Amino acid sequence: MADPVLSLRGVTAGYGPTHVLRDIDLDLGRGERLAVIGRNGAGKTTLLATIMGLSTLHAGKIELRGRGIARLAPFRRNALGLGLVPQTRDIFPSLSVEENLIAAQRGDATLEEAYALFPRLKERRRNGGVQLSGGEQQMLAIARTLMTRPDVILLDEPLEGLAPVICAMLMQSFEDLAKDGTRSVVLVEQHARAALAFADRAILMSNGAIVHSGPAAELADRPDLLHRHVGVGQTPKGDA
Amino acid sequence: MRNLILPLACLLAAVAAFFVFPYDLAFLTRIVIMIVFVLSIDLVLGYAGIPTLGQAAMYGSGAYAAGLFSIHVWGDPLAGLAVGALAGAAIAALSGLVVMRARGLTLIMLTIAVAAILHELANRARGLTGGADGLRGIRVDPVLGLFEFDFIGRTGYWYALAVAVAVFVLLAVIVRSPFGLSLRGIHESPARMTAIGASVYWRQITAYVIGGAVAGIAGALAAQITQLVSLEVFAFALSAEAVIMLILGGTGRLTGAVIGTTLFMTVEHIAAANDPFNWLFVIGALVLAVVFFLPAGLIALPRALTGLIVDKGGRDADRT
Repeated sequence: MADPVLSLRGVTAGYGPTHVLRDIDLDLGRGERLAVIGRNGAGKTTLLATIMGLSTLHAGKIELRGRGIARLAPFRRNALGLGLVPQTRDIFPSLSVEENLIAAQRGDATLEEAYALFPRLKERRRNGGVQLSGGEQQMLAIARTLMTRPDVILLDEPLEGLAPVICAMLMQSFEDLAKDGTRSVVLVEQHARAALAFADRAILMSNGAIVHSGPAAELADRPDLLHRHVGVGQTPKGDA
Repeated sequence: MRNLILPLACLLAAVAAFFVFPYDLAFLTRIVIMIVFVLSIDLVLGYAGIPTLGQAAMYGSGAYAAGLFSIHVWGDPLAGLAVGALAGAAIAALSGLVVMRARGLTLIMLTIAVAAILHELANRARGLTGGADGLRGIRVDPVLGLFEFDFIGRTGYWYALAVAVAVFVLLAVIVRSPFGLSLRGIHESPARMTAIGASVYWRQITAYVIGGAVAGIAGALAAQITQLVSLEVFAFALSAEAVIMLILGGTGRLTGAVIGTTLFMTVEHIAAANDPFNWLFVIGALVLAVVFFLPAGLIALPRALTGLIVDKGGRDADRT
């Protein structure tokens, strides 16, 4: 890939002395939508944590727009344009929706942009984080990350535990996020069908390594691979 | 608008106190100065979640800096306040770079250690600080060149009150800003703030420095109004009492700091006057009562009472 916005070379990482990721090579283009799929424990969340600087990097290089970021603290990576929406959502329950957003506000980011993406949040802007449903918390987590003005958004299992109608709403919001082609989106997801439908390209992870990389549509037509590494059905468009 | 009712009521009470207790202005001024000091701890402990028992380090530095400034350089009170703020901020910045790398009990011990070191330095530098005899000879010019400090303490009271209001407004703006809200996020979960890309360390240091500047202002006020700085400005008891005042009023709420300080000092004043030997019993009972029945502090009293009334009303309705 010519001139990737994010590049990982020979990355081995984990938590403390434990190695979770092994020799990861990965490029992400500007405006690209990348799906990362795999079973529980495959290393998907660790991959995002490593990109964000929240795990222990044992070996390898991580570059953002050609600049090495492997030694930078998470907040510096965030300032350079990386934004993580954590799997645990990490809403601050004692802060209202609006306060959660303002707490992350950076530069010229405005509340109106966040509310335009998720009008539901505007309706609930005075409510405490603890009073939100799971779907609303996920919307808030995504909107809060957008308040830091990232151009690479790392979404860690954003559909986990949510009703199908909320999942559809969130998938539409991911489309809105990526539609202008300036933001790159990495979507880690166990809902393989939804992730592959969204992404341009997909990687399949197993035991901390990338076992397949290619166009998302191509992987969607490989039920054998999906069944072996994700556990989805044998049908070409099967899902877990 | 609703958020302004309580602070405005406190301000009105402070103004009324001037006329109702004209012979207790020295005591009232002490309360106001202490409020400024406790506000600084509220920012550091209540908002940023930095457990400290050494805020007196910044208070004392501000007091000595303002005192020395007025003796050797210039007696202007506002310039003295600025010097006190700078001294408090500088000590907080220097110590914060180390202290903020620690967590929990270690952090608390380090904050105490910083105050203890400064206490001993001030004691040793007798030629400069007066040592155990205290820093004397502080002369303060009229406020804005117009209002001379008088023996009764009228000017001192209004001056301290104006500074306290300014500090309160400044802190109210800060805690509502993105920075202030991120401090609350850090207080709630440093790990979560890190995950969304915030620098917990630098934001805590910034809060500590701002808190240090405010504590320095409180110290400078005390030095200017009492015209004396003793080694007690670095005392552990001062930091600890201020934390108790904050807990009484309610942490993480600026008005809580005002209410807690006023109540603590008033009860202490009355109890100590009535029973000089056992007054601490009253303070202890007060703290226990608040911790058990109002863990969020006195600031939560109206909501607790409303809850009781609503609850009782609901139960009565169930019976009928």
